[in-house]
Amino acid sequence: MEILNALIQGVLLGGLYALFAAGLSLIFGVMRLVNIAHGDLIVLSAYLALVVVQATGLHPFVAALAVVPLMALTGYVLQRVLLNPTLGRDLLSPLLVTFGLSIIIQNALLTHFTADSRRLAAGPIETASLGIGGGLSIGLLPLAMFLAAVAVIVALEFVFSRTSLGRAFRATSDDAEIAQLMGLDRRHVYAMAMALSAAIIAIAGVFLAVRTNFDPSTGPLRLIFGFEAVIIGGLGSLWGTLAGGVVLGVAQALGAQIDPGYQVLAGHIVFFLILVVRPRGLFPRMD
Amino acid sequence: MAPHVKIERGTRTSRIAGRLALVLLAALAAAPWWTGRANLRLLGEFYTFVALASLWNLLAGYAGLVSVGQQAFVGFGGYVLFAAAMFYGVPPLLAIVLAGVVGALIALPMAPLLFRLHGAYFAIGTWVAAEVFRLSFAQVSVLGGGSGTSLPARLVTGIAATRDQRDMLLYWCALALGLGTVAMIYALLRSRAGLALAAIRDSEIASESLGIDIFRTKLAIYVATAAVTSMVGALIFLQKLRISPDAAFSVNDWTAYVIFIVVIGGIGTIEGPIVGAIVFFLLRETLADLGTIYLVILGMVAIAVMLKAPRGLWGSFSHRTGIVLFPLRRRVVHPDAR
Repeated sequence: MEILNALIQGVLLGGLYALFAAGLSLIFGVMRLVNIAHGDLIVLSAYLALVVVQATGLHPFVAALAVVPLMALTGYVLQRVLLNPTLGRDLLSPLLVTFGLSIIIQNALLTHFTADSRRLAAGPIETASLGIGGGLSIGLLPLAMFLAAVAVIVALEFVFSRTSLGRAFRATSDDAEIAQLMGLDRRHVYAMAMALSAAIIAIAGVFLAVRTNFDPSTGPLRLIFGFEAVIIGGLGSLWGTLAGGVVLGVAQALGAQIDPGYQVLAGHIVFFLILVVRPRGLFPRMD
Repeated sequence: MAPHVKIERGTRTSRIAGRLALVLLAALAAAPWWTGRANLRLLGEFYTFVALASLWNLLAGYAGLVSVGQQAFVGFGGYVLFAAAMFYGVPPLLAIVLAGVVGALIALPMAPLLFRLHGAYFAIGTWVAAEVFRLSFAQVSVLGGGSGTSLPARLVTGIAATRDQRDMLLYWCALALGLGTVAMIYALLRSRAGLALAAIRDSEIASESLGIDIFRTKLAIYVATAAVTSMVGALIFLQKLRISPDAAFSVNDWTAYVIFIVVIGGIGTIEGPIVGAIVFFLLRETLADLGTIYLVILGMVAIAVMLKAPRGLWGSFSHRTGIVLFPLRRRVVHPDAR
């Protein structure tokens, strides 16, 4: 029974990891950029939510309505000012600029908010749960996270396949130069992709803030979890990313059953095992 | 009649610089007699960062293997030294060499796995590997688990009887390791393997069609770098006399700073990491009081250099003046032209 319970918790936790991963997967798909500061931007969003909640007294989920557009704007500007100039040169430039950004965000947060760990109170939803029989129950908050991840992926699939923005993403991803010749402004398309990624980052950040304690140094591990979900799921597949998040979440939940010290380690080990047996991930779509 | 031509690599500047470097080295080797303990420690730390930066530069700047997980080997080397000295009675200085051997052995199976990831994903993959090391060593209770352990006093006094002698010995070890690393990389890049590396860097497809085995070349560089990085790690924690998983496998200390050093100094040059390390230590010693703001400034400097002068300080200087202290290129020289 305890194992079954851990499995359910792991699957739901996978939703949060899929949220970490979706934004990472999106910008890699559109412009082959891996954002090392991804996790730090998630933590930054968590702090933004904290500031909004403290200033207005709103519920964290309502505060998200302010954090999401704010982060999207940040993402747009970030791409236009710092990241666009690095693209098309080599692998190293975007990697190092986002690495620098990661260090800047961590230490700026540390200066302003100290190293104390914080958490956002979400009220009764934190402890509410649904009984599903057999002595098992599902927490409402983890369920909400999982459903949010599904919603985000459905929305992304819709944007990619049905909207003109999505068409611009796909065209630029296939061949940036020809897309430019067809009248697409590459710099704007990339910035829109980063804005969308940052909006998902904001959602992930608010959920992170109500689910666990966070402090300025917790960003890199969120990046790693997101990255593992992307690779386990297979590059380029959004539903694969959700599957990757679930595999990672289950591995961690089962690891924690053995010994709390093994929780994160078990996730890493499963990641490497999948790299051994299926180097292209579970549902690969892209080379 | 064919003109008499010679193939040369040295330049006048490089020969003069070589002689000056010998004088500087003699002075640095004699440092225990002309400076105090604090400066000796600082210089020793400087040499280890020159070594780490040069090694990372070899990986990323020459072999195209951008790793953000070299802390795996720094920490692993440190732990090998502590374990070998504490449980098997290996003399600490000998354990530094042992750390290099074990570091190579552990890197050998890791490389084929990590090479399945490309580009930036390789980078994060190396980071995950380093996290596996950190979390695993945190589980080893005989080495203090998550809180770490100190080198027992009897082992410390076993290195040398007095503190002054110990400081001198470790200083010379650091100097030898820093110098040896730079010399090894210089020799490697001038050799056949160096030529293969340059070819791979310029075009993987073209070099492969000429018969260069890309996988084996990259594997060799990765394993050699891991070995020397482990030795540097062993020395770093011998200087500190204390090790813990968080300090040993710190991504900030052993990778972020090192990457900034290389980027600021000039990636893809032998001089760059040395220049970068000098700048890094000057910044650190003058701005350290600022605390976390100092790291924000460092990150901004690195981003600014990457965007505005991607060749770095030395690369830009060398590009403008043509001055190269460690010449790698072969040039055709006409005897009449001299």
